[in-house]
Amino acid sequence: MEQAPETKASATLERLLPGQAPVLTPGHTLETITDKIVSIVLRRPVTLGWLGGFAFFFGLLNLMLFAMAYLFYRGVGIWGINIPVGWGFAIVNFVWWVGIGHAGTLISAILLLLKQGWRNSINRFAEAMTLFAVACAGVFPLIHTGRPWLAYWLFPYPNTMGVWPQFRSPLLWDVFAVSTYATISALFWFVGLIPDLATFRDTATNPVAKTIYGLLAMGWRGSARHWKRYESAYILLAGLATPLVLSVHTVVSFDFAISILPGWHTTVFPPYFVAGAIYSGFAMVLVLAIPIRRFYGVQDMMTLRHLDNAAKVMLGTGLIVAYGYTMEAFYAYYSGNAYELFMFKNRLLGPMAWSYWCLILFNILIPQVLWIRKVRLNPAMLFVTSLVILLGMWLERFVIVVTSLHRDFLPSSWGMYVATRWDYAVFAGTLGLFFSAMFLFVRLMPMITIFEMRLLLPQAKLSEEVAAHD
Amino acid sequence: MDNVQKTGIGDVCPSKKDKLELSEVRERLSEARGPQYWRTLDELAQTPEFAEMLHREFPKHASEWTDKSSRRDFMKIMGASMALAGLSACTKQPLEPIVPYVKQPNNQLLGKPLFYATAMPLGVYGTGLLVESHEGRPTKIEGNPQHPSSLGGTDVFNQASVLTMYDPDRSQVNTYLGETRSWPEVLSSLRGSIEAEKAKQGVGLRVLSGATSSPSFVAQMQQLLKTYPQVKWYQWEAVNRDNVYAGAELAFGQPLETTYDFSKAKVVLSLDADFLSSGFPGFHKYTREFSRRRRPELKEEMLRFYAVESAPTNTAAKADHRLHLKASEVEAFARALASALGVAQVGGEFKEDQKKFASALVKDLQANRGTALVLAGDAQTPATHALAHAINGALGAAGKTVSYSEPVDPFAATSKVEQLRQLTAEMNSGKVDMLVVLNTNPVYDAPADIDFLSALNKVGLRIHLGLYQDETAKYCHWHLSGTHYLEQWGDTRSFDGTVSFIQPLISPLYSGHSESELIEFLTNEDEATSYALTQRYWQSQHSGADFKSWWDRSLHDGFVAGSASPAKPVTASAKTALPAITAAASGLEIIFRRDATIFDGRFANNGWLQETPKPMNQVCWDNPVLMSVATAKRLNLKSEDEVELELNGRKVKAALWLTPGHPDDAITVTLGYGREKAGRVGSGIGFSAYKLRASNALWNAGGVRVRATGEHYGLASPQGHQMMEGRAIVRAATLEEFIKTPGFAHEMVEAPPPGLTMYQPYEYKEHKWGMAIDLNSCVGCKTCTVACQAENNIAVVGKDQVKRGRHMNWLRIDNYHEGSPENPNTYFQPVPCMQCENAPCEVVCPVTATVHSSEGLNDMVYNRCVGTRYCSNNCPYKVRRFNFLLFSDFDTPQLKFQRNPEVSVRSRGVMEKCTYCIQRITHARIDAEEENRKVRDGEVMTACQQACPAEAIVFGDLNDSGSRVSKLKASQRNYGLLEELNTRPRTTYLAAVRNPNPELES
Repeated sequence: MEQAPETKASATLERLLPGQAPVLTPGHTLETITDKIVSIVLRRPVTLGWLGGFAFFFGLLNLMLFAMAYLFYRGVGIWGINIPVGWGFAIVNFVWWVGIGHAGTLISAILLLLKQGWRNSINRFAEAMTLFAVACAGVFPLIHTGRPWLAYWLFPYPNTMGVWPQFRSPLLWDVFAVSTYATISALFWFVGLIPDLATFRDTATNPVAKTIYGLLAMGWRGSARHWKRYESAYILLAGLATPLVLSVHTVVSFDFAISILPGWHTTVFPPYFVAGAIYSGFAMVLVLAIPIRRFYGVQDMMTLRHLDNAAKVMLGTGLIVAYGYTMEAFYAYYSGNAYELFMFKNRLLGPMAWSYWCLILFNILIPQVLWIRKVRLNPAMLFVTSLVILLGMWLERFVIVVTSLHRDFLPSSWGMYVATRWDYAVFAGTLGLFFSAMFLFVRLMPMITIFEMRLLLPQAKLSEEVAAHD
Repeated sequence: MDNVQKTGIGDVCPSKKDKLELSEVRERLSEARGPQYWRTLDELAQTPEFAEMLHREFPKHASEWTDKSSRRDFMKIMGASMALAGLSACTKQPLEPIVPYVKQPNNQLLGKPLFYATAMPLGVYGTGLLVESHEGRPTKIEGNPQHPSSLGGTDVFNQASVLTMYDPDRSQVNTYLGETRSWPEVLSSLRGSIEAEKAKQGVGLRVLSGATSSPSFVAQMQQLLKTYPQVKWYQWEAVNRDNVYAGAELAFGQPLETTYDFSKAKVVLSLDADFLSSGFPGFHKYTREFSRRRRPELKEEMLRFYAVESAPTNTAAKADHRLHLKASEVEAFARALASALGVAQVGGEFKEDQKKFASALVKDLQANRGTALVLAGDAQTPATHALAHAINGALGAAGKTVSYSEPVDPFAATSKVEQLRQLTAEMNSGKVDMLVVLNTNPVYDAPADIDFLSALNKVGLRIHLGLYQDETAKYCHWHLSGTHYLEQWGDTRSFDGTVSFIQPLISPLYSGHSESELIEFLTNEDEATSYALTQRYWQSQHSGADFKSWWDRSLHDGFVAGSASPAKPVTASAKTALPAITAAASGLEIIFRRDATIFDGRFANNGWLQETPKPMNQVCWDNPVLMSVATAKRLNLKSEDEVELELNGRKVKAALWLTPGHPDDAITVTLGYGREKAGRVGSGIGFSAYKLRASNALWNAGGVRVRATGEHYGLASPQGHQMMEGRAIVRAATLEEFIKTPGFAHEMVEAPPPGLTMYQPYEYKEHKWGMAIDLNSCVGCKTCTVACQAENNIAVVGKDQVKRGRHMNWLRIDNYHEGSPENPNTYFQPVPCMQCENAPCEVVCPVTATVHSSEGLNDMVYNRCVGTRYCSNNCPYKVRRFNFLLFSDFDTPQLKFQRNPEVSVRSRGVMEKCTYCIQRITHARIDAEEENRKVRDGEVMTACQQACPAEAIVFGDLNDSGSRVSKLKASQRNYGLLEELNTRPRTTYLAAVRNPNPELES
């Protein structure tokens, strides 16, 4: 991939004027933006690299289907869970994926409301990422139940048994929180896509593509009335999605915080879970953005400014997470509660201490490199750091779920947890699902919002100013 | 053929296509399978054609009668037409016509179980039982509360025996060289050999049986010996009481049965006797009396218990003071103790490290003359027994806490080992032409130095009768399928001599025959049933004219009133001096003991017993080599190392398990594992300790070598951690502290005030069930665990799943050690569901599958459970069990018979847990409603409560202030486990109180 000269200029600019690098490299016009984004999908041939990558992750996806078929056939006993560790990889993965799903909405909705213009080039694929991550997360609550064919009982629907679900259970809140979040995210994503789909419809030459994009564009003509309705709908959805960013992971954290288990029963969980979610979400955004901008030559649209900003968000949320860990330790000590104290000691020194120390290393120590500007502006180093954070955040959930459960109140019931190959297969399988979907997305949809990018052009600003003056 | 028929139909009835033909019906039916079959028929039944066809007198092709296969089909269709009446309903009835009861059997009410008295023999000794029967299927064993020798208690073997009866691996046919033979064929084949023997006065006939005390069987055998004067009858038991009788012989010049009365005892010393574990003769009664004498409310009168032990047992765990000695050192200790107590001519000195313990013990025993009691273990040397008798004599215990009577085993005079040795010698010398082996398995369990197998192979005709095609059956020409005690008539005697009747609960499941039936055939060539034989014997014994009423009475009660052996006055025999003491073995000592759950190996194929953790080390599905921590450190070994044991050139491989409280420089192995032909459950697990066991050192031997093989040998234990970590889980104090501060249990943890809740407390108008468990009474024998498994259809999961932490026991007994690993205090804590008032499990279930009942129970609704396992995560007691896989056996028909029809069998993906035996509560409630009264206190007994020989578990209504459970809950020892969490458990514990000697306490 040849580096666009603009990017080099932008990098130089960034280095010379910290924080002042543009979010869109100068030199673009309305036409070049549209052309560049449209060409990725409509004119670029399918490369071997894309095919290979897709085949790999599609293979993993099939591994998940196989593992799930066997799971439904035999039961959850094929996993490593037991009594006392009733929850294992399935719940760890669920929380991890839901967390990752947070960044998309945060970028799209909250940054939109906060008028953070730099979000415009990364919001589309971040939203797609959210959607796919929530889909991956959604797999687990279903399959982790002992009798998945009855999991629909968690929904409040009128039934002949005359039984409602139990509204006091956080698992039920989860059902509402996650399904609402999935719905809003999908709507938000789709509504945002409509103007660009119309552009695709108008640009596509292949009649099949033209028809499909046409259907999806829902008759968008770009009239002033359309734009007016669109703007208000989009802002409204953003307004709806904003509280969800905070509520979903708060509710997920209730799964633990509401219980009486030492290591779970903690009031700090909601904020610390939300921060952790954004932390891992931004890490995933970077893990996706860094290769994408390179392979598709969109460094001029996803600039170092974006990477820098995302890294700063990670640094900030990472510090909140670190504060959360510190507070957990402090509470354990300050409560004077023998069980809490033991729980913490067990995390530090017990048979699963490795997971806690890896967590501290991956989530707190290593990410401190983000204080260094050079790291923030180095895509390769950012990429590695983001991977480390993703792993760390997975370990955080592992520590919370497994280490707390395996040694609780009565020493007679203490046990161990060892994941089986089926645990790993399902986890790898959801990675397959996620990345297969991402691969398809970048080939089939405008991964950067065309019209919003155009708003970043000086021309757009000018007309706004003119309009304001009038 | 179908084509021909089709054209035929066309030919005959070209115009009447609306008439349905048989072949078409068959065609439609042939495509249907199972439920669909009925649906098809139903559909057919609704068509006018079908109705028409059925009404015609002779359907077309009635000529098919001559065609064999078509005729069968024809009959099928016609039969189906008869059954069509039932099609409108949704039940599925069998095709064949069925007949209801014309007369309902007496007392048989569907849904109401009946209880019959019977008795279970285990070796010589029998236990009086009541067996629950559902429509003719025995499902659950209970103790017989009227029985003088068991007082209603049971042990693990009693509880699990019902599973053995239904065991699908039991032998189901008689075989000759592996080929099936019917019973008449067996008899006619054997007739020739018997007559040949009869002609020779039976000079080549030998009978080898297990030990027995059955009066009728013994009489039958005497008859046999009369008929064939040259016949010899031998008995073999691997777990025998040779030493007990030899000890009595040493002390009194005759073998005697020794029985103990704990109710009068104040200070008890056990010399390696584990009278509180299943399998010890008198366990039921001793445990009950012992527990009653250990109530701390007795204050200064509370019994004090000293234990000198080798292999760690749950008996010694209940002791106030323990001395851990190698098994070979116990005799020397007993000698020193005897001479300290004034028994003449025994000699012996206490070792330096024993002196403190011994001097306090001696003082305590002397201060309690007449109420002191010394017991010697079955595995201890005859001399130790003789010394125990002498000490009891010196302490004035005889006639008070100890009594003597005729041996229950009528063949106590010759040791079992000697009998086996004699038989082997006879077989080797070629004297034996025909050997009959009855319910014993010497090929597996004979001592290693008696080569029983090669001797056996020299016998011309070998006949084996038993429950299983076991190792011995494999080498016999004939195997005859035997009967379980629940399938046969007979009698047995308890440890105190009381005669109990064995009544069958079911006719032999696999058409087996009892040993008495075989012996009767050998004697008289008569085919009398075990019923006739038993009755005939007792008729001959009964003098009065009222035999029928006496017989009925005795069967009803389960025992013959007043048949206990009378106490026999004894005098110490002066003539026999004690044999010279055998020097304590040098090097590492190996101790052999019966297994706590599978005894000598006869219960190896019983899944319940295999999965019951051994009382002290909590290992199941295996017999690890037990070793002390210090010795393991010295030998550089650790738990789960595979080791090779070598004793006198014989080698076995086993897993090592470090055990606190084990004497140093010794290892303990249990018998009964390493079976080759036990069945699908018991074959190929563990190792056979019999391969190391010599006939002159049945219970311990010196000079064993232990070598690590370098391999790892994983063991399954549902409780991997036995320390309390400083938490107030089992609350215990000394008697002194208890008298000073009766409420000590409450000072350990601050419990929240009762009203601490945001919600209005629920008002229980009718009942409010609760349970109290006395930790001081519990002896950790695990009987309750097995009883719960039997009552509640709890699945067996196997070693691999136990290792993964998925055992299913609703009621577990936790062991906690406190203090040093050399001599820890061990506590047992039975943990069923706490049925919390503020149950953490209930609020987190998303589908309300676990809810509070109006009687305070925390109910589990299996049908509603989707299996999120959140309830278990949030349960601080971890009493919930999850069906991770399909653990219950839904296929084996025999196992279906065993199940309690009142308890659902849980499928996979469902959470389950203790229900306080809600089916029993419901029964009692319905009975009370019918009689318009309240449920009486004691009317509902949970399975664990009923099984417990120690009366440690009490269940009842907390709304009734007069109930036993209410009174116990008012006790100052009463505390809730983890009550600081404000779960407000309904199952509470009475704190343990030890009664240490103040002199030894520091």
